[in-house]
Amino acid sequence: MQQKIHFENLAEDALLLRFGECIELALNAQVQAAATRLRRDLYGLECVPAYASLLLRFDPSIWAGADGQHPHQQLQAAVSTCLRDTDQVNVVPREVVVPVCYGGEYGPDLDDVAASCGLDADAVVTRHTAGDYRVAMLGFAPGFPYLLGLDPTLSVPRRTDPRQRVPAGSVAIGGSQTGIYPEVLPGGWQLIGRTPLRLFDVDANDPSLLAAGDRVRFHAIDAETFRQLLDETASR
Amino acid sequence: MSVTVLKPGLLSSLQDGGRPGHAALGVGRAGAMDNPAWQLANALVGNHQGEAAIECTLLGPSLRFEHAAVIALTGAPITAHVGNVPIPMWTSCHVPRGSVLQLGGMAHGCRTYLAVRGGLDVTPVLGSRSSDLHARIGHEQGRALRAGDILPVGIATPWPALQNGDVVRPLHWSLDPQPWFHVETRPLALVRGSHWSHLDETSRQYINGGTFVLSKDSNRTAGRLDGHALRLQVPLELISEAALPGTLQLPPSGQPIVLLAEAPVTGGYPRIGQVAAVDLTRLAQLRPGDTVCFQENTLDEALARLRARQQRLTQLLETIAQRLGHD
Repeated sequence: MQQKIHFENLAEDALLLRFGECIELALNAQVQAAATRLRRDLYGLECVPAYASLLLRFDPSIWAGADGQHPHQQLQAAVSTCLRDTDQVNVVPREVVVPVCYGGEYGPDLDDVAASCGLDADAVVTRHTAGDYRVAMLGFAPGFPYLLGLDPTLSVPRRTDPRQRVPAGSVAIGGSQTGIYPEVLPGGWQLIGRTPLRLFDVDANDPSLLAAGDRVRFHAIDAETFRQLLDETASR
Repeated sequence: MSVTVLKPGLLSSLQDGGRPGHAALGVGRAGAMDNPAWQLANALVGNHQGEAAIECTLLGPSLRFEHAAVIALTGAPITAHVGNVPIPMWTSCHVPRGSVLQLGGMAHGCRTYLAVRGGLDVTPVLGSRSSDLHARIGHEQGRALRAGDILPVGIATPWPALQNGDVVRPLHWSLDPQPWFHVETRPLALVRGSHWSHLDETSRQYINGGTFVLSKDSNRTAGRLDGHALRLQVPLELISEAALPGTLQLPPSGQPIVLLAEAPVTGGYPRIGQVAAVDLTRLAQLRPGDTVCFQENTLDEALARLRARQQRLTQLLETIAQRLGHD
C-alpha cells in the first residue's frame, strides 16, 4: 500500500496524514487501511479518519527525540515505516443492514427529493436501498456516519431552511452524501426516511452502531415493522 | 456525601480532563477549559485521580454542602462566602456540614474551578465525568447544572489538619495565582495553519498586530472573533477533515473562529492558524468583549513553552502533595 502521504503538523499533539483532496471511495479505503495498521502497530495514538485524511493525536513528551525535540519528525518517521511494509492489511469490512421506513411522517422530504430528481418516490427508495455504502467517517455529532456510495441520480441540494430539530434516526441526503442523524439535531439535509435502530448509545460496549470503514445497506420496512423494531430497541 | 445546587450561576458544569480516545466515533474531548486551574484545584484538596470539579462561568453557583467538606477555588478571581466568611482562593478550606457556599461574580477572567475533596462522583460516561454541553454527553446528558441538582461526593480519607469543627477553616498557606492566572492581556501565540498562505497580504498583516474582540456568541465550543474581516486570495473548497481545539478557522463571513474544548471532531473551513496549547488557558479566561491579539510563533517555540509549563506544573503538583502531607 505504497502511496504518497502529505504530512501536516497541525498542533503540538497532532499530525495530519493527507492522502488526497477529494471525496472518493478508493482514497477513503486507503485512509481506513492506514488507520487499521497504525492502531495495530503504534501504541498510544488516537487515529481519527476523515474522507481523505487521517488525524493522529499523540503525547508529544512520549514522541520527543533524545534531545527532547521534534516529536512530529519522530512520529512521522515511525508512521512512514509502519505504512511502508508490504504486508497487506486484509480488513473485511463489517456489513450493517439498516432498516428504514421511507416517506410519510418518517421521510417528509421524500416527495420533494423525488421531484427534484425527476423520479417517483418508489424509484428513489429502490435506488437508495440498492446502494452499497461505506462509512467514510463519523462526525458532526456522536455516531453520525457520512456515507459514500449514493447513486448520483439521487444527489439533491441541502434544504434552504434547515430544521431546528431533525428526529433521531432520520435517514437523509445532503448533496452527494447520505447519512443518518443519531440524535435529535439541527440539520439541513433532506429527510427521506427513518430507522428504528439506535445509532449511538453511551452505555453500550460499542457506543456507535457504525464505525468508519463499515459497509452499510439500507432495507425498506413498513410503518408497522418500524414501530415493532422501535419497541424492541427501546426495551433493550 | 453530597452537594446540592441551590442556584446554578450563569453556566456551571462538571468538568475533568475530558474524554480522549473517542474522536473516531464523533465524540470530542471536552473537559476543563482551563486545564491547569482544574488540576491545581484538585491538588489543593488532595485529589489525584483526575476528579471532576465544577467549572463556573462569569457568575458562580450557590451550593449547600450536606456534609462537612474540603474545597478549593482556582482560576478567575471570584467572590466566595459561607455566611459572612469570605473563602480565599488558591488554598483549601474546610466547610462544615450544612454550609452554603455563595459564589458571585468574577473581578477578571471568565472561569473559576471549585474542587471538592473526593471529587464530584457522578457516573463516568465514556471514561469521563465532564459535561460536553454541545454533544450532550456526560452526567444528565451533559447539561449544565440546575437548581435542585444533587451531586454525590466521592469517599476520601479524613484530613486531620482541616477536619472537624463547626467553623470554616482555610489552610494557613496558599498558592501564588501567577503564572496560572493572568490579568494582563498579552498576545496569544499563533502557529501558522495549513491554509495560512492562502490569506491575502492585508489579512496576514492584520493577524500579526491587529485587534479582534471575543464575540458574545462564544461558548465552550468556539470563540468567535469580531474585527477586520479576513480574506483568502481565492476561495477554497475543502472537504471535511478532523478538527482540533485551538484551531483558528476562517468561515466565508471572514470573521475567524477559534475552536475550544468542545470543538467538533470534524470541520471543513480553512485552518489559518493554531493557537499554542499553552495559551488556550488564557483564551479560556477571556470574556466576551475582551480584545484578542495574536503573535506568530513556530511550532517548536510552542512545543518548548508547553514542555516548560508541564514541568513547572508537575513540580508544583508535587510540592502541593508534599505540603499537604506535612500539614
